[in-house]
Amino acid sequence: MEKLSRIGGRILQAIPPVFGVIVITFLLTRALPGDPAVFFAGLMADDSTIAQVRAELGLDHSLPVQFLYYLRDLLQGDLGNSLSTGRPVMTELMARLPASLELTLAGLFLSMAVAIPLGVLAATRPGSWIDHLCRLLVTAGVSLPTFFTGLFLIYVFYYLLGWAPSPLGRLDFLYISPPQVTGFYTIDAILVGDWEVFWAALRQMILPAVTLGLFALAPIARMTRAAMLSALSGDYVRAARASGLGSGRILWVYAFRNAALPVLTTLGMVFSFLLGANVLVEKVFSWPGIGSYAIGALVASDYAAVQGFVLCMALLFVVVNLMIDVMLTLIDPRVGLES
Amino acid sequence: MKRRDLLKTGSAALGGAALLPFLRALPASAAAGSDTLVVVIGDTINSLDLHRTGTNRPSYQVAVNVYDRLVRFGTKVLEDGTISYDSTVIEPEIAESWEFSEDRKSITFKISPKAKFWDGSQVTAGDVKWSFDRAVTLGGFPLTQMAAGSMTDPEQFVAVDEMTFRVDLPAASKLALPDLAVPVPLVINSKLAKEHATEADPWATDYLHENPAGSGPFKIARWDAGQQFVYERNDDWQLGELPALKRVIVREVPSAATRRALLERGDVDFYMDVPAKDAKELAESGKAKVEGAPVDNCLHVLGLNVNYAPFDNKLVRQAIAYALPYEDILAAGAYGRGKPMWGGTEMTPSTIEWPQPFPYATDLEKAKALLAEAGFADGFETTLSYNLGLADWMEPTALLIQEALGKIGVTATLDKIPGAQWRTAALVEKRLPMHLENFGGWLNYPDYYFFWAYIEGHLFNSSNYSDPEMAELVDATLTMETDDPAYAPNITRMMEIAFEDVPRIPLYQPYLDAAMKPEVEGYVSWFHRQLALSNMSKA
Repeated sequence: MEKLSRIGGRILQAIPPVFGVIVITFLLTRALPGDPAVFFAGLMADDSTIAQVRAELGLDHSLPVQFLYYLRDLLQGDLGNSLSTGRPVMTELMARLPASLELTLAGLFLSMAVAIPLGVLAATRPGSWIDHLCRLLVTAGVSLPTFFTGLFLIYVFYYLLGWAPSPLGRLDFLYISPPQVTGFYTIDAILVGDWEVFWAALRQMILPAVTLGLFALAPIARMTRAAMLSALSGDYVRAARASGLGSGRILWVYAFRNAALPVLTTLGMVFSFLLGANVLVEKVFSWPGIGSYAIGALVASDYAAVQGFVLCMALLFVVVNLMIDVMLTLIDPRVGLES
Repeated sequence: MKRRDLLKTGSAALGGAALLPFLRALPASAAAGSDTLVVVIGDTINSLDLHRTGTNRPSYQVAVNVYDRLVRFGTKVLEDGTISYDSTVIEPEIAESWEFSEDRKSITFKISPKAKFWDGSQVTAGDVKWSFDRAVTLGGFPLTQMAAGSMTDPEQFVAVDEMTFRVDLPAASKLALPDLAVPVPLVINSKLAKEHATEADPWATDYLHENPAGSGPFKIARWDAGQQFVYERNDDWQLGELPALKRVIVREVPSAATRRALLERGDVDFYMDVPAKDAKELAESGKAKVEGAPVDNCLHVLGLNVNYAPFDNKLVRQAIAYALPYEDILAAGAYGRGKPMWGGTEMTPSTIEWPQPFPYATDLEKAKALLAEAGFADGFETTLSYNLGLADWMEPTALLIQEALGKIGVTATLDKIPGAQWRTAALVEKRLPMHLENFGGWLNYPDYYFFWAYIEGHLFNSSNYSDPEMAELVDATLTMETDDPAYAPNITRMMEIAFEDVPRIPLYQPYLDAAMKPEVEGYVSWFHRQLALSNMSKA
């Protein structure tokens, strides 16, 4: 019960930041340089056509009035229309978010699969060759910019070897996307049992996912190593060793379970960061994700789209952190006791 | 729509190959067959309706291919074998014939009975009127472009009868007819559009944004915003030779390096708007065919804003024109893909060819002497602004200019302006002392260029240049027919003034390059810089 009420309280706490984000994004987008009316009136437009466009876009109202309109629409689930694409922002985000999520999750998963065992091994044998390997990979992953890794992988695996499919986004143009259920092409393809499309979608995803994964390797491996080191030097581990428990049991049950807390927190951070920051990977692999959408919207001073993007990211951030907190509460026996 | 339906027609040509599991085995374009073209572009289209507020430039491509106009420009083959549009030839399209009234103040078009919309209905004068009314009423860019041909008011467009359409002009103008061949005055199926119009949206902008309703040689089969769009041939098109291509897949690939790799690997057939560096290297490597023609009536220039000292001084402007490293700029900024616009020998041009080289060339001694004469022997400080959105040529050019100006004692600080702010800063507020600019006029007349770029208050006059004689000349010449005896002397005089005052120093005339597989034929270089598909084929 205690845990449940604690989780409920944590969810309530998430509401004020969301409102704050709404206000700040509204103000920030208005403070962007560049005049959307001028931009959308086109190159050859004169003053009167610009004024006409401005009125059409509703930019001739005062700021508070614009904000009230915005709140009203938001409550109805309406994020407004993107000026540059002429479509509802909600529809666009819903189409692009799964693309980014699928790629990011794949990258994160790959990265975890390598980084966590590596970090654990490095921590159990500090100073050994595996520790150095860990350090090398981590340094390389952080210091190679993602667009470079992406282009390099394309050059080797697509251009030279021809193993990878053409970097043309989520699916080659020979395939039609599976009917949308989750928006994740791989999962949707499995749901309708279309293995051909599943393969095609998976193959498209490998290179960009590896690119992202390399980048995410560093924080996860470092955090795992540090957390494991401190856990292994903890009194309870010494006590366990003194009691003659098996080394595997000490490592995974006593040390790793405690080290999992900071690692999980880091994962949450890395995930949110990857989701927004993979715009370069999206550009290189023509991935129709949310990052390139946001950049396009920023360049065009497309208020509704930028606001929608920031709001969506903020909500995701809040949700991910909430989930991590809930998971921590469930994993960590101390959390329940302390409150 | 089932997977593979998209390519069925293409694969049927291979003789029942659709039955084979070729999808994974063959590269896309080989599987696609010779009547399917796979194109990559770097930009993303944001609408299928050119008239809509906010439609971006790359989207004009759709209007070019899916709609017909009353008339169109012809094509010609240049000396190097490149095909280019011909601004001097106007051919019938929807209009099978037209005639001017005696005073040339109205043009009457006879609509061709062969002009049919995709739904099979006849194109009528009513459709033309509705479409033109739409262009001038929705405002923004379409209105401005229509105004260049003296068309601003729906009352000017008259549907005389079902098959006869008339445009009334306030005064005779040589620009009116050519202006009907640019992408803007497209003809929409008004019956279909009106079915989807609402009180709040009488011009059906919401509908036409995603559903074109035209009569052109291609239809849009599919549009996945931000990813791709697919053209499908309109097999019933009779207003010209039926295009050889049945299906064209245009894929949006933002990274230039990826686009190049795709073409070199042979996975795509055609790469539109190639950066000059890639165009040069692709052509030299022999991995692709590069075709392009100089863009008519377009110049890459260094603008000197006369509202900012010391550029109000003609001698300073001339000094800078003598200081620029033209050859290096053409080599490093455009990789040789440009026509030199320096080193002319006459201060008074003997021909009315435009653009033609200005009478300046790199001559640092002369530049220093002119600066000294102007009272700036020790040089001065200024800023040189450029558009980050066009950094591929502007950045190297700006660096070279900065270095060259240093040699005559002028210190220029570089000022990078993001693409979204460029128009406001350079063209609307006109507040950049020294800047790079690339205006090109759609209508290929020198006076049209001077009208936009050398008249006070006009949009592309980013130098704030003002000269009463120039204004008078442009005003008198803009609507004048080219065979008028006063035309040539007026044009020559305009160029002479431009040579003498140099508020805009031309660097070169750019090329519009496209790279393609050797088997792709019939690419035409157009003034609107979009890919027009009707002449193209794949062997």
